[in-house]
Amino acid sequence: MKLLRGEEAFVTNHDLSKDLVKIKVALVGIPNVGKSVIFNKLTGGKAWVGNWPGVTVEKKVGKLIIGKYLIEVTDLPGIYGLTPYTVDEVIARNFILNESPDVVVVIANAANLERSLHLVLSILELGVKVVVALNMIDIARDEGIEVDWKALSRLLGVEVVPTIAITGYGINELVRAIIDTYKRKEVKPYVVNYGDLIEAWIGKLVKELGRCEGLKYPRRWVAIKLLEGDEHVLSTVDGLCPQIKGLVIKAREELSRELGDLETYITEARYRESLRIANLVRSYVEVGKVTITEVIDSVLTHKVLGIPLALTIMYLLFRFAFEVSTPLVDLIRLLFDEILRNYVLSLHNLPDWLTSLLADGVLSGVGAVLTFLPVIAMFFLGLSVLEDVGYLARFAFVVDKIFHKFGLPGKVAIPLIIGFGCNVPAVMSTRTIEDENDRKVSALIAPLSSCSARLPVYLAIAGAVMGNYAGAAVASMYWIGILLALIVGLIMRKLMFKGPSMGFIMELPPYLVPRPADVLAKTWERTRKFLVKAGTVILGGVVIVWLLSVTGPSGYLGPQALTNTSLLEKSWIGFLGHVIAYFTLPMGWDWRACSALLFGLVAKEIVLGSLGVLYGVSKGSLVATLAHVFTPLTGFAYMVFILLYVPCIGTLAAIKSELGLKYALLALTYQVTLAYVASLVIVGIGKLIGLG
Amino acid sequence: MSRGVLKTTGRSVRLSEASMGREYVVVSINCNGVVKRRILDMGIIPGAKIRVLRTAPLGDPLEVIVSGFPISIRKSEAACIEVIER
Repeated sequence: MKLLRGEEAFVTNHDLSKDLVKIKVALVGIPNVGKSVIFNKLTGGKAWVGNWPGVTVEKKVGKLIIGKYLIEVTDLPGIYGLTPYTVDEVIARNFILNESPDVVVVIANAANLERSLHLVLSILELGVKVVVALNMIDIARDEGIEVDWKALSRLLGVEVVPTIAITGYGINELVRAIIDTYKRKEVKPYVVNYGDLIEAWIGKLVKELGRCEGLKYPRRWVAIKLLEGDEHVLSTVDGLCPQIKGLVIKAREELSRELGDLETYITEARYRESLRIANLVRSYVEVGKVTITEVIDSVLTHKVLGIPLALTIMYLLFRFAFEVSTPLVDLIRLLFDEILRNYVLSLHNLPDWLTSLLADGVLSGVGAVLTFLPVIAMFFLGLSVLEDVGYLARFAFVVDKIFHKFGLPGKVAIPLIIGFGCNVPAVMSTRTIEDENDRKVSALIAPLSSCSARLPVYLAIAGAVMGNYAGAAVASMYWIGILLALIVGLIMRKLMFKGPSMGFIMELPPYLVPRPADVLAKTWERTRKFLVKAGTVILGGVVIVWLLSVTGPSGYLGPQALTNTSLLEKSWIGFLGHVIAYFTLPMGWDWRACSALLFGLVAKEIVLGSLGVLYGVSKGSLVATLAHVFTPLTGFAYMVFILLYVPCIGTLAAIKSELGLKYALLALTYQVTLAYVASLVIVGIGKLIGLG
Repeated sequence: MSRGVLKTTGRSVRLSEASMGREYVVVSINCNGVVKRRILDMGIIPGAKIRVLRTAPLGDPLEVIVSGFPISIRKSEAACIEVIER
């Protein structure tokens, strides 16, 4: 049989698809079970990547062709069960119920069988054809665990295929099992017995549901969910056949008098069954060795060393990302700001405005996108290594207590720390946070972390007006940023993203040596996403700022406005600067300082250069000029405003690409408001205590 | 089913107050909703063996070993897991 995967399957799909038998496969498994590796091995890594409708959870679909079969694999989110409590679980169960995949492949962890078996049993209740891939048999063996997979297969009544995903062991057998299961007419899967009391009621409900027209879902599953009190299922059934509601209420009342909380009882019964089956097919061989993970953890999560090591590792990630990318960034700057720019400027046959659009708009826009690229790629590379090694979970464990106080999970620390370097990868690093609400909040507060582009602005202003307190003023920006991020996070989690918190119950996966191919694939996928989704937004933003500089209320001013102070005052930028100056009257900033803020939209470091142009002075004498423009108080308020006021266009684009336009606008609005209020309060308090 | 068969010594305690390094068996989980589900999802189910390995440097959360697997859990959530020493 000829086997085609990924790209080839995609290409040949069009010519052959009419002759092929299509098998729809859904891939499910608990988190950290190696599901995405199996997906890649099955489909050759080529996947169509999108989002599930309405949520920011990633959806991946891949294909393979074997013989006369076209197998379309949908990768469902990592889940533990099929409750209505988490977005991931709802996505998974809706897909299985509504899209009716022909075969559901459940990937189980041989080293931790009971947890995976609970998911297997839950999915079997949906009445679908199941194949179990018993993964990580190598790790289980290392830990002295042997699983009798043939016995497991007999017990469950489904095919069980032992696999080692990372080496590709068992993948061909898995494909064969999928096809065999697809061809099977009848399946007699294992049914969990919930005890006489509950089973009697399940029987009654199933009978009643048989008369419920239009109900497509398996009746036993619906009956169990009705007894558990699942709101989603209840409202579906209620819409189709309202007469059942009374029976459900009666059943729940009667049963909970005997058994206590029914959902708890049923869930525990299913888990007890998983534990029982696991113990039947599993045997232990004494290995008695201390695992590598234990040794490493005794250092990395050590009482005294843990936190300093966590900070050191993040600092090293930082240094790595910047040191490696700096030469590349310099090269890209040289290419765009000097070589290409000079070339465009030397083209005499072009009209003035076009030369300026190309040189100051398009080239500087493309340059801005590309100068982000090396830093982002290096951050992702480092982060992917830390993630795949298993350290990110430990990092969250070590710092969790600090964030717990603000109702946030420990992993929020990662975007906040990366944000000190650059907010763009910080926003994108929130991908590693499992809970959707936590992820959204983290992405929204990440831009409050003071990035390196803001530093030159702080240094210039603090140097000009803060005297001996310059160092302290600059350092305080970092603390103000983090403190406000935590407070805003707390407020958002309480008011806007209320969903239940999972707390901090999570697995600490064993340390693994990451596979370079996996790390590079992940890095590339994330970097490419930034380039495609953020690139156009950044370019567009830079061109708009250019347009606002060379035109004004009186019409076209010409590219000279970019270098001429009095012309620039007549542009839209100058006009808006006056408007902002009016609204920020209490802060006492003049219109030039306000116009510079608009350029900061493109990238915060541009604020400094713009101040130079606006005050008509060279870089060298800028600090001396600023000393006359700001008082210590208005200068400090300006620094806080720079810290908070807007994420740069790159960061906005990253938020848009991660969460959607709505959230990018939310970030923009709340930050402008926060910046305004914060600097107003600073000036107010300052004046009260007699400063300024 | 496991409750009657277990050979146990002493009285049951909350997991948040369990002594470090000793082997316990989960007796019951006394909270509801998502947190309870998450606890069960992690294999912390009545009858499972559990041991507190360490606390994080700042005193919270805990790292516990459940049937051989390390799991991190905050003390506030560990408080609703009742365990008994083996």
